[in-house]
Amino acid sequence: MKKKLNLRKATPWLSAIGLFVLWELIVRIFNIPPYVLPTPSESIIVGWQFHEAIWMHAYHTLYTTLAGFAIAVVFGVVLGALVGSSRAIYDAANPLLVGFNSVPKVALVPVLVMWFGIGTVPAIITAFLISFFPIVVNVATGLATLEPELRDVLRSLGATRRDILIKVGFPRAMPYFFASLKVAITLAFVGSVISETVASNVGVGYLMLSASSKFNMPLVFAGLLVIAVMGIAMYEIFNVIERRSTKWANRGNPTN
Amino acid sequence: MSKSFVELNDVKLRYSEGDELALETTNMKIDKGEFIAVVGPSGCGKSSLLKLVSGLMPPSEGNVIVDGKEVSGPLKIVGMAFQNPTLLPWRTTLDNVLLPMEIVKPHRNRLRKHRAEYEESARKLLATVGLEGHEDKYPWELSGGMQQRASLCRSLIHEPDLLMLDEPFGALDAFTREELWDILQNLWMIKPFTVILVTHDLREAAYLADTIYVMSKRPGKILVERENTLPRPRDQETTFTQPFTDLVHELRSHIRDVREA
Ligand SMILES: Nc1ncnc2c1ncn2[C@@H]1O[C@H](COP(=O)(O)OP(=O)(O)OP(=O)(O)O)[C@@H](O)[C@H]1O
Ligand SMILES: [Mg+2]
Repeated sequence: MKKKLNLRKATPWLSAIGLFVLWELIVRIFNIPPYVLPTPSESIIVGWQFHEAIWMHAYHTLYTTLAGFAIAVVFGVVLGALVGSSRAIYDAANPLLVGFNSVPKVALVPVLVMWFGIGTVPAIITAFLISFFPIVVNVATGLATLEPELRDVLRSLGATRRDILIKVGFPRAMPYFFASLKVAITLAFVGSVISETVASNVGVGYLMLSASSKFNMPLVFAGLLVIAVMGIAMYEIFNVIERRSTKWANRGNPTN
Repeated sequence: MSKSFVELNDVKLRYSEGDELALETTNMKIDKGEFIAVVGPSGCGKSSLLKLVSGLMPPSEGNVIVDGKEVSGPLKIVGMAFQNPTLLPWRTTLDNVLLPMEIVKPHRNRLRKHRAEYEESARKLLATVGLEGHEDKYPWELSGGMQQRASLCRSLIHEPDLLMLDEPFGALDAFTREELWDILQNLWMIKPFTVILVTHDLREAAYLADTIYVMSKRPGKILVERENTLPRPRDQETTFTQPFTDLVHELRSHIRDVREA
């Protein structure tokens, strides 16, 4: 039992290490030149050489991502609550939301640059635009899928719409909300890095772009690794928050 | 003059324009504190009838009067329980039972200050349905029958004048079901409230109700109104007596006629 649990905890580490080893071996066996695909060890060494610069850029990317994500959470919850609690708003907003979500956000970056100039602001906005959609959808779904019988019970007690929202809607939507945060935070990274790559002079995206223009492939890959690590860390944080705060949603099932 | 608590006057219900009627001209008079049961084939409009009386849905024609006033929106004092217990999984059993107190006036304004007192009465009610010691468990930690008991407590905690039961015992095993009949009958005899019970189980109707209504196939209308004067409290023994079995047989033959019609 205990042993099994330890093995489960170790699995993600093992698979990550396995991937790195495989990557290292392939590059070495096929003798792939570093300007095409550097080895992971090389990338890590170069990453360490540049760690001060990387740290500065990564910090900036993290800040940008979290700012965009925070706006997305507020906006997503409010819009999701509106869409999920009113049929009319749902009908009005749904096509707009779906349409908007289909627009590749990278196409919006030039527009944002025209409006706000190069730098942090377009990156924050891109992170926000790309990540609010899953939050809206999930919050709305959580609110809208209330059992009709439960609604009847509450209404025949004299519950107002607000009562129903507070007593049942929001608690019910919580697991949906937290599940969407995990997705949204990783999307927010995508958004901020895209925007930094296209239109900024700070951030990991910019760092990678400038490194690739100098053919410093190991540094590009070091940047990629940093983004991946930040993404995983954020995902895990929200995963833990989700499990802690909505235990009931697992119906007591022992999911690690 | 009429002094009925619930009155349906020539009520018709149509779900949407051009649809067949769900409920055909229906008239009912239910006294205060009367326990009635409605039986009828599936889809004949029994659940719709409950929604009409509780004001969750307006009738297409006719009117519904409860406590002397025409119903024009959800009544605010109704207790309801369904076949599906619909407890809130993030609340303990006790907190689930207290939910109506957070909504119904004047309790909602008193609850915070007098929490202990309310919890006490909820615990007492839970004890009467045999859920002592389970107050702090979550619904998913309870069996289906236990959840249904809790759901019944939730429908009764605010001492509603009107209780609507839509096949509340339908999903339970025979023993639990009959045990809950006794519990319900007891609670009702101590402090009578008006009950409308929808059921498929004719023995259940005969055991619990003062009056039994038999409805026709869709479009549903009331075909038979049958008084049930078997003495109370009814118990296991009652179900073996001739009058009880006769009543069940009579109801069964009505239902058979309805289905064949
Ligand atoms: N929301 C709705 N919209 C349209 N038609 C409905 C709706 N609800 C019920 N009906 C129809 O109205 C009729 C009566 O439905 P109702 O749910 O009242 O039946 P019931 O007697 O409770 O059936 P059962 O015993 O199976 O629960 C059915 O034929 C059903 O198809
Ligand atoms: Mg029904």
